[in-house]
Amino acid sequence: MSKKSKPDTQRKIVRVAFTTILYKEIRRFLRIWPQTILPPAITTSLYFLIFGKLIGNRIGTMGGLPYMDFIVPGVVLMSVITSAYANVVSSFFSTKFQRNIEELIVSPVPNWVIITGFCGGGVVRSAIVSTVIFLIARLFTQITIQHWGITISVFLLTAMTFSLAGFINATFARSFDDIAIIPNFVLTPLTYLGGVFYSIQMLPEIWQKVSLANPILYMVNAFRYGVIGTSDIDIRVTLMLLTGLVVVLFCFSLWLLHKGIGIRT
Amino acid sequence: MTDKTKQALILEGVTKIYGKNIKAVQNIDLEVEAGDFFALLGPNGAGKSTTIGIISSLVTKTAGKVSVFGYDLDKQKNAVKSCLGLVPQEINFNQFEKSLDVLTFHAGYHGIPHKEARERAEHCLQQLQLWDKRNTITRHLSGGMKRRLMIARALVHSPKLLILDEPTAGVDIEVRRSMWELFQNINEQGTTIILTTHYLEEAESMCRNIAIINHGKIVEHSNMANLLNKLEIDSFILDLHDSVERLPEIPGYNLILSDSKTLIAAVPRGSGLNELFSGLTEAGIQVRSMKNKTNRLEQLFLNLVDSEQTHV
Repeated sequence: MSKKSKPDTQRKIVRVAFTTILYKEIRRFLRIWPQTILPPAITTSLYFLIFGKLIGNRIGTMGGLPYMDFIVPGVVLMSVITSAYANVVSSFFSTKFQRNIEELIVSPVPNWVIITGFCGGGVVRSAIVSTVIFLIARLFTQITIQHWGITISVFLLTAMTFSLAGFINATFARSFDDIAIIPNFVLTPLTYLGGVFYSIQMLPEIWQKVSLANPILYMVNAFRYGVIGTSDIDIRVTLMLLTGLVVVLFCFSLWLLHKGIGIRT
Repeated sequence: MTDKTKQALILEGVTKIYGKNIKAVQNIDLEVEAGDFFALLGPNGAGKSTTIGIISSLVTKTAGKVSVFGYDLDKQKNAVKSCLGLVPQEINFNQFEKSLDVLTFHAGYHGIPHKEARERAEHCLQQLQLWDKRNTITRHLSGGMKRRLMIARALVHSPKLLILDEPTAGVDIEVRRSMWELFQNINEQGTTIILTTHYLEEAESMCRNIAIINHGKIVEHSNMANLLNKLEIDSFILDLHDSVERLPEIPGYNLILSDSKTLIAAVPRGSGLNELFSGLTEAGIQVRSMKNKTNRLEQLFLNLVDSEQTHV
């Protein structure tokens, strides 16, 4: 084999292996769409109907906007977080559980391709779910996106962050119970307390400061800025925080795979 | 000095220690020539699967060096992996995918583009007589079919070194024989094969070279023919005309009744059979037919493992 053909071969393996993992992941969640796409669509429709329309009409405005418009970005981002995390944690843990992770380990697929392939699946599922939810929101309100660049950047960084977090959870998990702990006891409380349904300006000063320790608050507000143009938080801080989180979580995932923690003997 | 380009596999001082002091594999040196059909045998827990796991990157070795077709596992891991096809002991494909997809995806992991991957997958399914199950979800396949699918998956990227870890466990005799034929064909086409099996007849009939591992150490590494020559006793199965309750004592022969009408005679190599038959005739025992006990390797294997256990 010539010196030139080695990197070419490896590049081809990387490209084909990445598209294979991504295609497999997308097919997996589309095959079980009643479990992956439909539930967030139904749940968020209920949020829009009950909180947005029925209760929202009595609340009036928040941040200078109708309450329905105020909650749409947060509800969309909540689904992005949940979908990205759930997709990768369940798929990668199932791959571990059925031992077909061994297929990937014995193949010449670099670890970073395994991570990006699985997380790519999480990002695509989040994109589909968030598009469906946004379209549902349009049935209730004539909301339009104000800053496309920020909206897409915050979406991508948030989806990547929680896909990577799901990957790490799956790596450490030893049973199906272990993959439910973080979503139930960490993600859900942080999301609900992350300003999805309220502005932190409504909170007493001490709770405003406590809220600033919740990273989801930054994501929700940045996304809200992208969609409706209002935020409690500086957008630049959010973008730096999210970029930092993606880099740290990606490096940690890479280290876990390299060491074979939770995967190899 | 060994010409490394001619070696499919070289293990040098390979060791695996679990925890603080559980030595699964101890300082193993092993060479498998390119094109060989090689048997790696040993009792349960001897270290066979750990050794295979180390070669295929599923187990991280504690020490030593592994090279596959000249590629160093520590420095050129992906090149090593490209050369390998593995059929593990346990079923480990996705139980929710179709058979055809399992193979197509596996080819994709080896960098084979989708169209070609699909063609190869179809060819392998036909080769392993699974064509009519190509669209079946794999969890609905029978045990034997699952095992054949694992073999098809290991072949889909045309590996240079095929590692078969108990490939025929749990399959019926007919399928097993057809698998043997397939393995021999694959080997004849130039693929090096390493086989671990509990069916020693399988190793004896297919493999040219053999290593026996016990307590994590190689206790024998030899040519199959030379190894079998070490066996100083030939065993014969004698089918008796009438039931026998007591056996005569015939000096120089060890006789065991397998059942009332079947006698197993251990005959020292070099001794004739005339005295055996004279002794039996004198005792009024009529022999209806006789055959050589084919599984000679089994006896040798037991001898080696027993002698190791005595030393331990």
